Amino acid sequence: MALSKQQIAQRIARELKDGWYVNLGIGIPTLVANYIPEGVNVTLQSENGLLGMGPFPTEEKVDADLINAGKQTVTMLPGSVLFNSSDSFAMIRGGHMDLTVLGAMEIDQNGDIANWKIPGKMVKGMGGAMDLVAGTENIIVAMTHANKHGQSKLLKQCSLPLTGRTCIKRVVTDLAYLTIENGAFVLRELAPGVSIEEVKSLTDGDLVVANDVSEMTF
Amino acid sequence: MSKKVYANAQEALVGIEDNMTLMLGGFGLCGIPENCIRELVRLKIKGLICISNNAGVDDFGIGLMLQQRQVIKMISSYVGENAEFERQMLSGELEVELLPQGTLAEKCRAGGAGIPSFFTATGFGTEVAEGKETREIDGRMYVLEPSLTADFAYVKAWKGDKYGNLIFKGTARNFNPVMAMAGKITVAEVEELVEPGELDPNFIHTPGIFVQRIFEGVDYEKRIEQRTITQ
Repeated sequence: MALSKQQIAQRIARELKDGWYVNLGIGIPTLVANYIPEGVNVTLQSENGLLGMGPFPTEEKVDADLINAGKQTVTMLPGSVLFNSSDSFAMIRGGHMDLTVLGAMEIDQNGDIANWKIPGKMVKGMGGAMDLVAGTENIIVAMTHANKHGQSKLLKQCSLPLTGRTCIKRVVTDLAYLTIENGAFVLRELAPGVSIEEVKSLTDGDLVVANDVSEMTF
Repeated sequence: MSKKVYANAQEALVGIEDNMTLMLGGFGLCGIPENCIRELVRLKIKGLICISNNAGVDDFGIGLMLQQRQVIKMISSYVGENAEFERQMLSGELEVELLPQGTLAEKCRAGGAGIPSFFTATGFGTEVAEGKETREIDGRMYVLEPSLTADFAYVKAWKGDKYGNLIFKGTARNFNPVMAMAGKITVAEVEELVEPGELDPNFIHTPGIFVQRIFEGVDYEKRIEQRTITQ
C-alpha cells in the first residue's frame, strides 16, 4: 500500500543524524519533525530567521512576532537563536545546512527540480526554495510519485520552470525511496506491498532497480 | 541627534513622492511597518515600486496599498495568499519581479554595504538567471545579481533609541535590518522609543547610523496569518 504523508515523513526522519542543522519545507517535510528518532538531536532552521524551532505554541504562548517560514506561530527551544534574513540565507547559501527536505511538483533523472511555478496558473514565487536547492549538498525530496491526474512526477526532463539544476540526489515518494545516479532513478526501497512493476509504471524517467532493493517497515 | 526623532508616521514620511522606490520590512505580516503603510495609504502616493519579501494579504499590509492601486511594481520572493495581487498581476496592471528569498536579502544587504552586484549560485539554470551575466568560478556556475537600494526604507523594530539604534523581537527581525541599510532615507517605527543609553549596546541589532528617522508607532495590530496551536 502507498505510504501516507506521515509515513513518507517517518521514512525521511530515519536519515537524520545527531547534531544536524535541518531545514524542513512546507507540507510533508514539516511532518518530519514529528518522527525524529530517539537519541537524535537536530536543530531545525526556519529561513525567516530562527534556529532551534520548537512545536506550535499553546494558546497562552502564541506570539505574533514568532512564526516559521510557513507563517505559522511557533515556539523556540532552549538554545535557539534569532537572526535576520541575510544571515539566514548565508547559512543556507554558504552550505552550512546539513539537510534540506522539500516538496516538488516534478524532478527528473538529471537531478533537476521544479516546485515553484505553473505558468499561467500558479504564480506565487519561489520563496527560499532556489536558495535551499543551490546551497545544500544533502537534499531529500518528499512528494507523491504521481500527480492528482495519475501522471508521473519522476521525469526524464522537467517540463515546469526549474527551481534548480542537477541538485537532487534522493527522493522519498508514497511508493518508494529512490536515488538519482548517473542520469537515472535507482529504486532502493519499496513501500510495503508496492511492487517494482507499480513503481516502474509510474516512473516516467529511466529507472534502475538496485540489486538489494528492500521493503520499508513501519 | 534628537533631530532623528519624529512625532508620528505623518511627520516621518515627509518627502515621499509618486514613483519612488520603497523597501518595506517584514516576513508575511510579521514585523511589517504598520504605521508607515497606513500613512502611505492615507497619502494616496502612486506609481510606487515596492521591494518587500511578501505583498501582504488582501486587507492588511501591502495589500492595503494594492487595493488603492498605489503600486506599479513589486519585487518579492513569495506573493501567495493575496487574490487582489494575483488579479492585478494577471491583468498586467502590476509588474512583478520574483526573486529567490536569499538573493533578495543579499541584494538589500549588498546595496546597503556599497556592493553594486554579486555572484550567487542560486537561480543558475532557471528563469531567474535569464538576461543576467553568468560565470564559472572554480568549476561552478554563478549568476551576477545587481544589488538594490531604495528612496525610502520603512522598517519596524521592537525597541529603538533616539539615535536610531534598533532591537528587534523574535522573527519580526527578518528583512528589516538589511533594508534599513539600503534605504537612502530609512524610517524606523518602533513599539517603544527610549533615551540613548537605555539599550544595552551589546544587544543592538541595527546601528543607528543606518536609520535617519525614528518614531514610536501606535495601534499595532500584529495580525497572525496562520495561528497554529498545540492543544
